[in-house]
Amino acid sequence: MADQAVSKSQAAASTAAPDAVVVRFAGDSGDGMQLTGGQFTLSTALAGNDLSTFPDFPAEIRAPQGTLFGVSAFQINFGSTAIETAGDAPDVLVAMNPAALKTNLAAVKPGGLVIIDTGEFTKRNLEKAKYDVSPLDDGSLAKWDVLAFDISAQTIEAVKPFGLGNKDALRCKNMWTLGLALWMFDRPRAPIHAWLKQKFAKSPDLADANIAALDAGHAYGETAELSGPLRQVHVDAVPTAPGLYRTITGAEAVALGLVAGARLLRLPLFFGGYPITPASAILHHLARLKEFNVTTFQAEDEIAAICSAIGASYAGQLGVTSSSGPGIALKGEAMGLAIMTELPLVIVNSQRGGPSTGLPTKTEQSDLYQAVYGRNGDAPMPVIAARSPTDVFECAIEACRIAVQYMTPVMLLTDGYIANAAEPWKVPDPDVFERMPAEFLDQPNGPDGTLLPYKRDERGARPWIKPGTPGLMHRIGGIEKAVDTGHIDYSPGNHQAMTDARQNKVLDIDVRNQDVSLGNTSGRLAVVGWGSTYGPIHQAVRRARARGMDVSHIHVRHIWPLPANLGGLLRGFEKVLVPEMNTGQFKTVLRDQYLVDAQPLTKTSGQPFQIAELEAAIATFFDGVPGDAGGDEVPPNEQQLPSLKAVNP
Amino acid sequence: MNDMTPIVTTLKDWETDQEVRWCPGCGDYAILKAVQRTLPQLGADPAKTVFISGIGCSSRFPYYIESYGFHTIHGRAPAVATGVKLANPELDVWLVTGDGDGLSIGGNHLMHVLRRNVNMQIMLFNNEIYGLTKGQASPTSREGTRSPSTPYGSVDHPARPAAFALGSGARFVGRGFDVSKHLPDVLKAAHAHQGAAFIEIFQNCVVYNKDVFEDFAQPKGAEDRQLWLEHGEPMLFAGGTKGITLDRQALRLAVVDVVDGDWQAADVIVHDVTNRSIAHMLVEMPFGAFPMALGVLYDDPRPTFEAAVAEEREKASAGKEPNLARLLATGQTWTVGDNAADPVSSRPPGQGAPNADDPR
Repeated sequence: MADQAVSKSQAAASTAAPDAVVVRFAGDSGDGMQLTGGQFTLSTALAGNDLSTFPDFPAEIRAPQGTLFGVSAFQINFGSTAIETAGDAPDVLVAMNPAALKTNLAAVKPGGLVIIDTGEFTKRNLEKAKYDVSPLDDGSLAKWDVLAFDISAQTIEAVKPFGLGNKDALRCKNMWTLGLALWMFDRPRAPIHAWLKQKFAKSPDLADANIAALDAGHAYGETAELSGPLRQVHVDAVPTAPGLYRTITGAEAVALGLVAGARLLRLPLFFGGYPITPASAILHHLARLKEFNVTTFQAEDEIAAICSAIGASYAGQLGVTSSSGPGIALKGEAMGLAIMTELPLVIVNSQRGGPSTGLPTKTEQSDLYQAVYGRNGDAPMPVIAARSPTDVFECAIEACRIAVQYMTPVMLLTDGYIANAAEPWKVPDPDVFERMPAEFLDQPNGPDGTLLPYKRDERGARPWIKPGTPGLMHRIGGIEKAVDTGHIDYSPGNHQAMTDARQNKVLDIDVRNQDVSLGNTSGRLAVVGWGSTYGPIHQAVRRARARGMDVSHIHVRHIWPLPANLGGLLRGFEKVLVPEMNTGQFKTVLRDQYLVDAQPLTKTSGQPFQIAELEAAIATFFDGVPGDAGGDEVPPNEQQLPSLKAVNP
Repeated sequence: MNDMTPIVTTLKDWETDQEVRWCPGCGDYAILKAVQRTLPQLGADPAKTVFISGIGCSSRFPYYIESYGFHTIHGRAPAVATGVKLANPELDVWLVTGDGDGLSIGGNHLMHVLRRNVNMQIMLFNNEIYGLTKGQASPTSREGTRSPSTPYGSVDHPARPAAFALGSGARFVGRGFDVSKHLPDVLKAAHAHQGAAFIEIFQNCVVYNKDVFEDFAQPKGAEDRQLWLEHGEPMLFAGGTKGITLDRQALRLAVVDVVDGDWQAADVIVHDVTNRSIAHMLVEMPFGAFPMALGVLYDDPRPTFEAAVAEEREKASAGKEPNLARLLATGQTWTVGDNAADPVSSRPPGQGAPNADDPR
């Protein structure tokens, strides 16, 4: 559990290895914290721990140095048991400047360890961080174990032999810090040495300087252990199924899932995209996979991106487009075209905080209405939501399958958290997935050799007809189509029939039945989640159940159409709680579809749910219910609670 | 266009069974006939021909051509067509748009399809008005145009489609008008051009902007008001009595009288379709002081977008096996063994798959 601190008191009280540790690296956006976090993640994976990460960086590329809004942070939760969130409160905070300390300190567990680079605590930097008095001097850090020393000076000293300028020398600070972190958690340096040599292959001096900084940080740990609050902690490897593993981010998993999906369908993949945070990484990954018959097209705007994908699907490839909320809004009309012309299309939405430009680098789940309802006319479209970076892979394959088998656009929802977060992934064997080769019509399908472009199969799907096929010339478009023939037809009966056909086709999509992630299939409380809230909900439910509460976790992948058994499943519970990083959108869908009294638990701070928040909300359903020990297993985290709005039953 | 085996068809083969829904007397009828007359002459194959349009009167065009057709959404046809050409470069794509569809809501896409040079014929029907929405001023309407949305006359400056196209990087710019007998020749030249070929077709909207092009399009006096350009030929009009010359001091075109057919003496320019500088002057040549420049104003091909994309894909794929299992296992990997005593072995970077990303 993440509530085991590496603090002096606990380490002294127990020599047992903690189950899990949460570490947050925070610094200026130019300090390379994401790189430090990324490399620490790899070393953690190699040590056999389970892990989850949360990169949290500003929207500005190079925000003015030392400012509060320029702070970039990377949090990792790792342990010897299953890890499903990036952790609530950090056990360890590394703060590279006053701004990083100020913006991150409140989250640190009381008694946790705070490592501070005093070299950056200049009068100017303190002013930029809006500190009147240095927190190092005013006793405000008394709640925590503090290890404050001049990391900048240590780094400059360590890289002196390589003759770097002061500025370049200080850029090695993140490696110095990483070295210290590697020592703290008993990790080998060799893989990082190898990575640095590879990264700086063209400038061996820089490689050597960074390695020297890393080693110096590591050596510092050994020395500091003798005199300060620092303790070396060993977190055991998690018992894991045998096999080949790697770390993967959600964005990588989308790219790989799309490539796998297209191959299972035996289709070339066409990806039309336009740069937008946090979705661009998908375009970047796919752009390098041309040998898999992938064409990537960076269009002039979001609308052109989706329209080019529609054009590619029309011509017989698997068209895919991707964006985040604002871009998805622009694509809305074209989605309607794909629905009307009944062409396959996958639309990936990496959600971020909104409305408008909103919070480009922060996560939110507030595009659910947009995904399910956000188009003109009755425009039904399947929606699939991935729950974690590794889950995205399978969801992307599922999106490709539905798009082609049902001749429909499909929206795949991820979010900024999933896109950027990394977790270990047991590399799947591509052969275990069902092959589902796409079929194209190659001869007339109507009576007397006529062509019926809108004749439906048993799934309600129309045939896919590639231009270039002799004898099957026909016209499609966004105007209402006549049943079967696809000719322009505005007549009342026809529009009714076609609206029904489009609606029923999507509602009848074969999606697998809803399972219960944790707990029983009926009982007092079901916590129903979707998307990236999976981890914190799962852990919160696990803890609540350990305290005797009759609560189950249901996590919905198929947002539209909903699994056929979901309504019955929900009716088996006395209460239904729906935690979401929005103002209650899925709750509305569930109420509408099933008339269940789904209660919202909402959070729109741009940060993922914490386990403790959810646990506290679950506990309110068990006030006075026997079995609620109300114990001290998890201290609630006051700092995160104000944004929490639970509607009590 | 694309190189393909000529197919024998007749005008009738290119007609659909759909009732044509344009207003009686609309210039679109003449353009439709001109296209249907031209396609057999090109040896075009209906199965490999795709007409793609946006929204507006002109964009109904695909419904009336017996080929593949895609009537898309307002302004976006160039983007759809780009996807079609990237997915299947073998298809012969004709884009149909109008002054509102192509230059207003879809101006951005038109610009990019031209500068990318996606191989297709782009027919912009310019009638200087919004027809299908009942007569509002369009981006090509002349200043002072009175319409339901501009009851006191429009005050914004009109766009010039051919100048827009050339400025966007078009490598072919042609001009014609609906009832002109030369229109098929312009279409043929556009089809022969490898790359994005832009054709501005002046089209008479008989309901909302009737006879707005009569000043140069009416048969009477056409000779004096139309300059039909031909590669390698002097720029002569008015029965050869007038020509276009370059004022080398002012660096602008000028009309000169040609005496006794001696155009060389009058220093009349010989049209060179590859001369981009002259093309810029021709598309900006103001009607009135000058005749209307028609025909092929500019034609200088360069490699197409879809060919470049295909070439890049081939180069990037060369020697790489599309092994999905290997791709999934890219990056820094580790193996968890069955032996609990030695649970983890790692493969440090550099020894992993060759295209391992920097793990940031």
